[in-house]
Amino acid sequence: MMSSTVLITIISLSLLALISAVILYFIARKFMVFEDPRIDEVQAMLPAANCGGCGFAGCRNFAEALVNAESFDKLICPVGGTEIMGSVANFLGKEAPLVDPAVAVLLCNGTPEFRPRTSVYTGPADCRILHNLYTGETDCGYGCLGKGDCVRACTFDAMYMNAEAGLPVIIDEKCVACGACVKACPRNIIELRKRAKKDRKIYVSCSNCDKGGPARRACKVACIACGKCVKVCKFDAITIENNLAYIDVKKCTFCRKCVTECPTNCILEINFPPRKPSVEVQTEVLSDNPVV
Amino acid sequence: MLKTFPTGGVHPPENKLTADATIECLPVPQGVAIPVLQHIGSPSVVVVNKGDYVKTGQVIAQSKGFVSTNIHSSVSGKVNRIDSIIDATGYKQTAVFIETEGDEWIDTIKRDKDIITEIKLSSDEIIRKCLESGIVGLGGATFPTHVKLTVPSGKKCDILLVNGVECEPYLTADHRLMLEKGEEILTGVELLMKALNVERAMIGIEANKQDAVSHLTRLAPLFPGISVHALKVKYPQGAEKQLIKALINREVPSGRLPLDVGTVVQNVGTAFAVYEAVQKNKPLIERVVTVTGRSLSKPGNYLVRIGTPVARLIEASGGLPEDTGKIILGGPLMGKAISNTEVPVTKGTSGIVLLPGNESGRMEISRCIRCAKCIEACALNLEAYLLMTLSEKGLFERAERERITDCMECGSCSYTCPAGRPLLDYIRLGKTTVMKMVRERAMK
Repeated sequence: MMSSTVLITIISLSLLALISAVILYFIARKFMVFEDPRIDEVQAMLPAANCGGCGFAGCRNFAEALVNAESFDKLICPVGGTEIMGSVANFLGKEAPLVDPAVAVLLCNGTPEFRPRTSVYTGPADCRILHNLYTGETDCGYGCLGKGDCVRACTFDAMYMNAEAGLPVIIDEKCVACGACVKACPRNIIELRKRAKKDRKIYVSCSNCDKGGPARRACKVACIACGKCVKVCKFDAITIENNLAYIDVKKCTFCRKCVTECPTNCILEINFPPRKPSVEVQTEVLSDNPVV
Repeated sequence: MLKTFPTGGVHPPENKLTADATIECLPVPQGVAIPVLQHIGSPSVVVVNKGDYVKTGQVIAQSKGFVSTNIHSSVSGKVNRIDSIIDATGYKQTAVFIETEGDEWIDTIKRDKDIITEIKLSSDEIIRKCLESGIVGLGGATFPTHVKLTVPSGKKCDILLVNGVECEPYLTADHRLMLEKGEEILTGVELLMKALNVERAMIGIEANKQDAVSHLTRLAPLFPGISVHALKVKYPQGAEKQLIKALINREVPSGRLPLDVGTVVQNVGTAFAVYEAVQKNKPLIERVVTVTGRSLSKPGNYLVRIGTPVARLIEASGGLPEDTGKIILGGPLMGKAISNTEVPVTKGTSGIVLLPGNESGRMEISRCIRCAKCIEACALNLEAYLLMTLSEKGLFERAERERITDCMECGSCSYTCPAGRPLLDYIRLGKTTVMKMVRERAMK
């Protein structure tokens, strides 16, 4: 008696399962959505950071766009760079674009030493609120507010807040130039610049668009648009717009002449070997091949 | 039973320290800086040059577009420079700097003390006079008065409401004005009624200013159509929509204006300025400012020229107390802290409040305990805790659906929050972002 109950249960359930399986099979066939199997494979090649640096919602979305794209124009994974884009292009039989690796730089160097704090803000630590409210704790209405929206936006741990300087620090090795910090900054003072050899950088670390006088009063290391750097640059790499100098990284040969010329020291040179006495520097610069 | 608005509101300590201080005329400052944007709308266009000699009351910046107004020199002297200045908003804008030489007024201004109650001008002429004289709403919002008085076709206004509420703690400028310039204000109200073509006007005054209520009630029979009403003390009753609800029990729908329910609200200060502009030909070149704070040795109400640096007013009140933690332009709830005392007094500056350090700090922020006090406090039935979270997380579309743009930023939610949450800070951020989104959508 007992055994027959068990037997009937097993048989009836198995039959039910079989019938359901058959129905499900045909329904699945009927409503199947074709998906290019290459999407999965491309997705597997991508870094899976889902940072949005490519402009798509995530790596899956970007993989779909890559598979469906005619050419790879404007389709760049900043995290993967040339290497990964190359292998994806190889896989899909397309031409890989040349990706210039970039790195984020902060266009403000207003530490408390140079840019005195003139008021104390006690509200929530959010740059957006501070930016809407007033010029910030200093008199510079353009520079870094120091509340770390960019640091919170970075998903690669490539930024941290230097509490003493009140400015964020970007770790070159970790930065993948996804642009999340650029979008997060309400003052728009983070720029993605092309990476140079040995991560060398020369850039105007200031965003103040005021005329010389007010800019200098607010911050000792502000660009005062005096034009000295423009004159000294032999490669036409420097332009002044809106009372602010800008160094075009494509034209710059890293000769570092503008750095010494700048009266306010707002042009920074980073990752260069220490300078030798002036005469030798001249010869070294001339003999050294420009690094790009 | 006194009238008031039904939902929300808070009752902060009143601290009206200067209620008995008569309005004192401050000496003409050595120099003034007059910003070209002191109103809501487009900035006025400067019409004087560096080196020009201007007289008191002369136009120095002309209105540009309909929602804009004229700006006049508040002193006589030489235009020193036209340069940028950090104004009360904390951002830079253009200002005309004038170095004072004597005090020579333009001839058309009647400077005698006679009160002229007879109205000779027509409705259109009064409105034009408001524009020419640069009259804006003096309650703090600084919306050009001539725009408010121009009723668009298809809309009807049947009653004028006059705001003598002054619900912000500390401030007493309107209170003193009502006591000292009662007849002028009532004549101003008559002028506004004529401009709007209405028969009735109601003046709402909170019951903590009983002397002003009885003073104006005594004068009112001489002015047909005007009645004076005492209101229950509750913040933010001075807000337009709340005052309309309290006085005539009409509700302005979300996103609409008082004109949609047939009324216009004007401040008592504005009524006084309209009186001076129309009857005395005097443009808006000075206003009453309350300078107050418990540590000040001589807090008071001062009649000051527009463009006077805040520092001069603090000096007149006995100098900056050592324990000052914050200097606030406007009332302590809706005003804005300034970081520089060289900021000039503008048309919208109703008070300067100096708070000591131990009173101006913020509470430590802790988690939301879901007590719903912020919802109870909101006079507009908004859910402050939700709007804050949405703004914090950047969910601005949802915030728009939750009517974040209705918020008038009265600060009742932040005031009442027992967890010290920065509710208004984030709501303001969300509101500006949503308004920007709406504008961008309209451009498309």
